[in-house]
Amino acid sequence: MNKPSTKVTKFNGKGVYVRGNDIDTDRIIPARFLKCVTFDELGPALFYDVRFDVDGNSKGHVLDQVQHQGAEILISDANFGCGSSREHAPQAIQKFGLKAVIADSFAEIFHGNCTTLGIPCVTMDKSEREKLVSLIETDPEAEIIIDLEDLKVVCANNIFNIHLKESAREAFLAGTCDPLDSLLSATDEIARIATKLGYA
Amino acid sequence: MGIEEVVFHAKIAVLLSLTGAIVAKNLYPGKNLYQKVWDDHVVQQLDNGQFQLFIALHLIHEVTSPQAFGMLKDKGLKVAYPARTFATVDHIIPTDDQSRPLADDMAEKMVQVLSDATREHGIEFFPPESGSQGIVHVVGPELGLTQPGMTIGCGDSHTSTHGAFGCIALGIGTSQVRDLLASQTIAMDPLKVRRIRIEGELSPGVTAKDVILHIIRILGVNGGVGFAYEYAGSVIENMTMDERMTVCNMSIEGGARCGYVNPDETTFEFLRGRERVPEGDAFDAIVEKWRTYASDADASYDDEVTFDAADIKPTVTWGVTPGQAISIDEIIPDPKSVDGLEKSLISDALDYMQLQANQPIKGTKIDVAFLGSCTNGRLSDFEQVAAVLKGRKVNPTVRAIAVPGSEKVDKAARELNLHLIFEEAGFEWRKPGCSMCLAMNPDKLKGDEVCASSSNRNFIGRQGSSTGRTILMSPIMVAAAAIEGKVADAREVFGLVGSR
Repeated sequence: MNKPSTKVTKFNGKGVYVRGNDIDTDRIIPARFLKCVTFDELGPALFYDVRFDVDGNSKGHVLDQVQHQGAEILISDANFGCGSSREHAPQAIQKFGLKAVIADSFAEIFHGNCTTLGIPCVTMDKSEREKLVSLIETDPEAEIIIDLEDLKVVCANNIFNIHLKESAREAFLAGTCDPLDSLLSATDEIARIATKLGYA
Repeated sequence: MGIEEVVFHAKIAVLLSLTGAIVAKNLYPGKNLYQKVWDDHVVQQLDNGQFQLFIALHLIHEVTSPQAFGMLKDKGLKVAYPARTFATVDHIIPTDDQSRPLADDMAEKMVQVLSDATREHGIEFFPPESGSQGIVHVVGPELGLTQPGMTIGCGDSHTSTHGAFGCIALGIGTSQVRDLLASQTIAMDPLKVRRIRIEGELSPGVTAKDVILHIIRILGVNGGVGFAYEYAGSVIENMTMDERMTVCNMSIEGGARCGYVNPDETTFEFLRGRERVPEGDAFDAIVEKWRTYASDADASYDDEVTFDAADIKPTVTWGVTPGQAISIDEIIPDPKSVDGLEKSLISDALDYMQLQANQPIKGTKIDVAFLGSCTNGRLSDFEQVAAVLKGRKVNPTVRAIAVPGSEKVDKAARELNLHLIFEEAGFEWRKPGCSMCLAMNPDKLKGDEVCASSSNRNFIGRQGSSTGRTILMSPIMVAAAAIEGKVADAREVFGLVGSR
């Protein structure tokens, strides 16, 4: 698993495509799995209700199909991760073994939560992203390489342009996805603002 | 900018306007509320280009915050400004039997972890029976913790609710809760601002909930990504604080990280006399400060959209996102009318909801009626429903629950005997909590039950059953559905004509 404080600029692995616009955080991790005081056990609960029926039998969801076992790059459509601010959603994605997400667009809080955990949320133009999906559907073993330095995705000899919010890209390139140390370095200035605004 | 500086700038602007208005405008361009609050709270720009933002008020609850205390412990850090953080329990708390230990072991553990952490770090905690417990977004405003010009953070996306007071109120993840506890700041990218004006007058039976469902329907569930929404126009100006909170609450459902209303006399009167608000001269002084945060008349915006109130009707959802909504007298959309992915998304939503294209939504049978949540769980929501419910009965086929948003709402409602009107009509009157909005407590749909709900999300499985179905609507529309046993037009059921 990527440590958010180490510099990682390339992410590679097999891809898996979860179809749909507006895939919300309740679908990514149903609320009943939020009953926990740590994030450790969330991996198996990823997309639980669309993967399993009420008796816990597999519905044959794409994540459970044999050809996609071991996939590390999640691909979806527009507005991925909308809804709740629950960090349980990116935590479940990461603990399931997925390292990066590619979509047409992302919801904002989800995007920020992922970046902090060291999961890049990269976007592609829709037509190119659809081509990428067709490549992995033709050959599920095809390796996807996401290069945040050059902002490219490589898959089966195809090269695609990708986009990543500039601040997130800078954080990945500098190994500062987790901002806490930077935030704590400004203690005096924080105290000055707290006093100025009457919050000290 | 201090008050003196504001006055000074205003004097210069007036002076220049006498000699040349255009020059004055260019030298001192107006700012919107978002820019003013942001500028006040920025600590520094970080190396990656984001900004470090001081957060004036931090609200925490049992679901997204206990893990953050664990993270602090791992790093050997303390809470930097414990007096700026307040805690309550809302998501997992039962609404029937709240006696401790809670029947659900994990729920009990979550409450215990939060309770222990707040004691250890010196954070004020409002547990059940304290008189101040409730849904975190109901509690902050009613205590007067939420005040104009603040930046507010909470590990819950509906933190946008507090924007009704003229705040930048942000939903954050658990790692950011940790950042906030450790430093009283978070890292974030600046937002653009879209002003959404709703002009005219709402028709009888059309509520704040219908306004925000209509906005999301038109602008889309991702239309607000990258934006803060400023709600303005005569409809918003005439709204009560409770109504403004309903609108701001669902900003996130439209993709906007936050939404706000400029503070005005309605805001100040709401806050006057609240527990955590200064009194007497100090109140007058703070009101003058709050007033300065409102957007300037010549403020600029990244985008502007105007809605005509006359176009807004009682609105209900038919699908599995809050944007999949129609007015009560429209028919359900036909997937055949669109192409590509959109086509399959509509048909998937209709399959899940077991609804037919081209049929009216009105008349759809319901099994459960849920009144409550941070969207519509305030006193005025229950007052409004009680006014139409009196003398009527919930349909015997419907399980109906009313869940006040806080202990204070419950107490006030009881003092007005509203709970008796609800119980008489066939509603269960419960104890405060998030309840069936996200069903982390025992209040859940069973199987594929249909719920007429005053909450904010109709996502698949949202209300506690993986096949449960949610139809979002206003509180009086929930009441109408409860009485009829099916989705109904509150205007017809209650004969709502004339004044609002």
